[in-house]
Amino acid sequence: MQPDISVKHLNKIYEDGFQALKDVNLEIYPGEIFALLGPNGAGKTTLISIICGIVNKSDGEVKAAGHDIVKQYRKAREAIGLVPQELNTDSFETVWDAVSFSRGLFGKAPKPAHIEKVLKDLSLWDKRNNRIMSLSGGMKRRVMIAKALSHEPRILFLDEPTAGVDVELRRDMWEMVRKLRENGTTIILTTHYIEEAEEMADRIGVIRQGEIILVEDKNRLMSKLGKKELRLQLQQKLDKLPGELTLEPIELSEDGYELIYTFDSQQQQAGVARLLRTLGDLDIEYRDLQTRESSLEEIFVGLVHE
Amino acid sequence: MNLYGVKAIYKFEMARMKRTVMQSVLSPVISTCLYFVVFGSAIGSRMGDIDNISYGAYIIPGLVMLSLLMQSISNASFGIYMPKFSGTIYEVLSAPVSYVEIVLGYVGAATTKAVILGLIILATAKLFVDYSILHPFWMFSFLVLTAMTFSLFGFIIGIWADGFEKLQIVPMMIVTPLVFLGGTFYSIEMLPEIWQTISLFNPVVYLISGFRWAFYGVSDVHVGISVGMTMVFLTMCMTAVWWIFKTGYRLRS
Repeated sequence: MQPDISVKHLNKIYEDGFQALKDVNLEIYPGEIFALLGPNGAGKTTLISIICGIVNKSDGEVKAAGHDIVKQYRKAREAIGLVPQELNTDSFETVWDAVSFSRGLFGKAPKPAHIEKVLKDLSLWDKRNNRIMSLSGGMKRRVMIAKALSHEPRILFLDEPTAGVDVELRRDMWEMVRKLRENGTTIILTTHYIEEAEEMADRIGVIRQGEIILVEDKNRLMSKLGKKELRLQLQQKLDKLPGELTLEPIELSEDGYELIYTFDSQQQQAGVARLLRTLGDLDIEYRDLQTRESSLEEIFVGLVHE
Repeated sequence: MNLYGVKAIYKFEMARMKRTVMQSVLSPVISTCLYFVVFGSAIGSRMGDIDNISYGAYIIPGLVMLSLLMQSISNASFGIYMPKFSGTIYEVLSAPVSYVEIVLGYVGAATTKAVILGLIILATAKLFVDYSILHPFWMFSFLVLTAMTFSLFGFIIGIWADGFEKLQIVPMMIVTPLVFLGGTFYSIEMLPEIWQTISLFNPVVYLISGFRWAFYGVSDVHVGISVGMTMVFLTMCMTAVWWIFKTGYRLRS
């Protein structure tokens, strides 16, 4: 399958000598939701800005929808919609005019029915004649999305789309993103909310100091790098770990009433069964047990701090 | 060519003119009318004719040119500076529009606004001063050519400026003095010879002279030279714009 976004050996060195991207290689396929994660200053926005044509690349090859972003910039850009991180909108325009402007700018003939649909989908229809300056932050964020969708792009970049929006709006946006994907739109998402990536993404890319350090299917990533934790609440206090248990990756809580056993997700339950048998042999009784799987956030933090 | 893109930028800029009609139209018309009242009707009636033209009528081309230059620069510089300032420039830079199309949209709208304003000022001048236009076609051509050239110049200023102060520096500190010293209120033939020579280094002399020729058939320099000098400045501006987009100067990092 031909990728919608293809990045090969991409480098970006700014005028002050700072290298924001180092030999980045990445392919994103049609219809997937790809989450690009990384700490502040890792190069996420630079990468998106180069693909969208806002920042010049220093070296390498970038294609969008099969078109080179420099030699065939019109075709490449026509395919892309961008929702930037900042709420950059013209305050004095009405919602309708602002969204119609974006459609025209991207070379599409006026299509009021499409603009109406986008505004209705984003709950902006009632605000269509309002000036953008009169809208709340959440509504402005919706306008940014409406502008990006106005020209019916097949690839949508969402750069921190839910930064600063309330929980309800965030849920609405997740729903909208899923609907877009169902219609075949490829979505590239950067976010600080790891739960957002965990909730929506098909694949995860992690960028650190300008380098892509990992690209993986989300579920595979979580099972490969994720940890599981088993907590056993004991009937009686233990003063120290019995010698039979010291070989296991197991800890005793400070109060002596809890055993915490950590194991790889891939390791399945073999270690757990062995642990429970050992506890039985030692006559250590427990009144409750809980298991917990590590979140993507914990995996992410582990990766970027390696 | 992305004609829808050009139209979108053009319409957006023209809509800004409608929203700010007080600032964009009324304000320059009123301030220019004050010149007509003071120098045309009040003081002008006590001044002698220049080249057999009443003083009030003589200064009209120069005053229209003053407003035209200021508004062309102001409209175009503000038009491109504001998206940079507010951050909305990302949309233009990421859209499938070529450099030529971006310039057509912004400079086309700034030129249109300046030409409309010039025509309004000319119509308003009729209320205060009696004047005639000997070569209407050339008058309009000069009006459009000058508006276009200085809109391009304003576009360059708007890209260069990184603060509101810089937007004002060139029009206020350079263009206004050049217009006042460029023969708006007098013929440069009235100056001592040394100042006549110095005045010929002022590009605005050629603009006003050519424009005045279109009105009354008299000029300080030959009309062909006026057209030539305007074309030279236009070419310089186009070259600068080409370089800006080629290098991404203050637009793309």
